[in-house]
Amino acid sequence: MIVRIATEGQYELLENDVEALNELDNRAVAACEAGDEEQFSQVFQEMMDFVRRNGQQMADDRLEGSDVILPPPDSTMEDVRDDFTGEGLIPE
Amino acid sequence: MPGLSGRMSVVIKAKISKLLDRAEDPGETLEYSYQKQIELLQNVKKGIADVVTSKKRLQIQEESIRQQVVKLDTQARQALAAGQEDLARTALERKNVAQNELQSLDGQIADLQKQQEQLTDSEQKLKTKIEQFRSKKEVIKAQYSAAEAQVRISEAATGVGEEMADVGLAMQRALDKTENMKARAQAVGELEAAGTFDDLTQLGSGEDDIDRQLKQLSSSTEVDAELEKMKAELGTGSSPPAGELGAGAGGDSGARQAGDAAPASEPSQGSAQ
Repeated sequence: MIVRIATEGQYELLENDVEALNELDNRAVAACEAGDEEQFSQVFQEMMDFVRRNGQQMADDRLEGSDVILPPPDSTMEDVRDDFTGEGLIPE
Repeated sequence: MPGLSGRMSVVIKAKISKLLDRAEDPGETLEYSYQKQIELLQNVKKGIADVVTSKKRLQIQEESIRQQVVKLDTQARQALAAGQEDLARTALERKNVAQNELQSLDGQIADLQKQQEQLTDSEQKLKTKIEQFRSKKEVIKAQYSAAEAQVRISEAATGVGEEMADVGLAMQRALDKTENMKARAQAVGELEAAGTFDDLTQLGSGEDDIDRQLKQLSSSTEVDAELEKMKAELGTGSSPPAGELGAGAGGDSGARQAGDAAPASEPSQGSAQ
């Protein structure tokens, strides 16, 4: 699966990683719906770290679209409220 | 797919399909798409130049405020040495404001530096992708039938298109930031033009509107502490540690040094005898 962190770049993740990322996505949605900014920032940061740690940075000369595009790493809950409601970035 | 990923890929796909629809034969589509990519790359270069210009402007402003800080400090010392504590305090209040401004400028310059580096990275990445697209374009034109070429063009265009959208987003954010900073830099410039950080010796004892505003802006405890420190360095002040000044406390003679006061009293004693 190819994940892009907006303004940062694309990462290639193993299919197994999708579940863990989805779990983080769900937690981000829960925090956002509860209006818990602190919790949200923490989970959102975990998402970024997870992708950077487990993903393989994609070579610049590969021309492929991403399966998931995550918001820029410095986004606040307010910035991305619309993204993290309902199904979140990754639909079930 | 909902959310940003949804919105972004919808926008990208709409743009790409519009682009692909425009031309009838795949070769033309490829050329058009390539032209668009080159255009965006030029825009990114312009965006970087903009960020660099804003950064330079802030650096010039920083240097000018740094000089004001030195000047105000000197003026405070001179005022204190001349026994004009109110004037010294005003100078220190302005210095305090200028220093706060310096600190915030420092942060902004660092921020712009980061933006600049990020955009330069993005530019490099996009350049590589465009180069890749260019060579793929030649292969597609040479080797594939029209129908197959459409599919491959669509794939390649999505890859570059997404990168273009992403660079576009990064650039927009950088430009928004520089816009905010420009507004602030202008406000500080106006403050400077209004003489806020200017020569205090022209200032009478009267307190004007700017002073009252500055007092609110500057932290009075910091100003007090600095004033005391300055007094101690000059050997003057209302609360000398050893209490040698005695009656001089708070009065006009507080501006003079204890050493001056003692010889001054001797001749008068001598003439009385």
